[in-house]
Amino acid sequence: MGTEKVPSSIVQFATLDKLLGLGRANSLWPMTFGLACCAIEMMAAGAGRFDLARFGAEVFRPSPRQSDVMIVAGTITKKMAPAVKTLYDQMPEPKWVIAMGNCAISGGPFNFDKNYSVVEGADQFLPVDVYIPGCPPRPEALIEGILTLEEKITGKRRWPRVEPT
Amino acid sequence: MDTSIWEPIIYLVGIMAFAGLNAAYLGWCERKGAGHIQRRIGPKEVGWFGLLQPLADGIKLMSKQLLVPQGVDGILFRAAPILAMVPAITSMVAIPFSETIQARSIDLSVLLIFALASIGMMAVLIGGWASGNKYAIISATRSVSQNIAYEIPMLVTVITIVMLSGSMNLEEIAMKQEGGFWNWNIFPVAGESIAQAIIMPISFIIFFICSVAETNRAPFDMAEAESELIAGFMTEYGSMGFGLFMMGEYLNIVVGACLTTILFLGGWYGPFGFTSSVFWFLLKIYILIATFIWIRWTFPRTQIYKLLNLSWKILIPFSLAILLLTAVFLKVEGFLI
Repeated sequence: MGTEKVPSSIVQFATLDKLLGLGRANSLWPMTFGLACCAIEMMAAGAGRFDLARFGAEVFRPSPRQSDVMIVAGTITKKMAPAVKTLYDQMPEPKWVIAMGNCAISGGPFNFDKNYSVVEGADQFLPVDVYIPGCPPRPEALIEGILTLEEKITGKRRWPRVEPT
Repeated sequence: MDTSIWEPIIYLVGIMAFAGLNAAYLGWCERKGAGHIQRRIGPKEVGWFGLLQPLADGIKLMSKQLLVPQGVDGILFRAAPILAMVPAITSMVAIPFSETIQARSIDLSVLLIFALASIGMMAVLIGGWASGNKYAIISATRSVSQNIAYEIPMLVTVITIVMLSGSMNLEEIAMKQEGGFWNWNIFPVAGESIAQAIIMPISFIIFFICSVAETNRAPFDMAEAESELIAGFMTEYGSMGFGLFMMGEYLNIVVGACLTTILFLGGWYGPFGFTSSVFWFLLKIYILIATFIWIRWTFPRTQIYKLLNLSWKILIPFSLAILLLTAVFLKVEGFLI
């Protein structure tokens, strides 16, 4: 990841693009949508202690038509995958996908021989923008994921990155 | 009266600015209020205290793809969000903000505002129908039955007020309440009879409950019960169509608060009878709007049958009883006290 340029339209509008980027990055409305236990951490991120609302990202919209980012929170089974794909297709552009947790990244603990029921990663059928590792990731990690997505949209980091020591 | 061309233009610009500002920043107030009620901070990082949040939301909503799904009724689908917004702004024309600030003084302004509110409800019905989505249609029918149920006690309460003030002009109704809070319709101790002053607070509570239900706010937001109906009548609306519905909702709240202020809380008159200015009017409507937000984040959503039972079995009988009592008190001189 990092600060790669957003694949955008052919016509570029310099300052206007920056303004649109800022607007979009600061109101990333996720979809009310959870597949497994990672969704519990997603709810915790919206609640009092962690408060996703600080970044304007607490408006969990129930309809895919009104949401900007899909947080794939949990294990995607093969039976569930078509429904997830449909939800993604129903979102209007511009839209982003965050793969939250090991199951959504690679299938996690279900990634083994003779696995017959679990899709091994959301990126098998969705264009994932940000991966958040963890099983499940803590709410801070989800907030960091959303900040990383903002960085991807605007090209600028909101706060200085904290390096692990 | 001066009929300069500038007066309508200034009122038009002023009303549009007032409506736009309210529609944008009530969203911020709501998110901030929700945050503080739930012991969170709420929007904070986008501008000072998150004050640029509505701007960011606006930019995002306007630059989002305009998506018209397959199988919708094209014209109605596009018309519904506009229909949700226009009546709310139009009814501000008839609202007197102070003795001097009123775009048009219309004789039947109370009736006009209620007629326009019904058009706002039509927008919900049209939006739900045109979406061709089963959840949207269920939500639209619910919304209509709720609005019909709550318009009756609301109008009966308004008739009580009209009987007391002898006018259907909002300006005159407010003028009748000149002086301190003892002259206001909510508690008219200085009026003809004390008995009237005892029943009027009940009337106010009925009116306030009805205006919460009329604007489809929680705990009566059966139209957009997420757990059952996705996003209700706006399920298929993305980008600014959805934005217009939200702005229409907030403007309806503003109109409801204005109406409550004029009918019950003495309009632009100060509470102790010395001053009267637009400041008092704005203070009163924003206190009422804060109460709307407070109620929304305090009470869980009710169920549709409980909602209708509340209206048909409690609010309508009570409001009719109050209407009858008021007629008796007005006709029989010196009744009771």
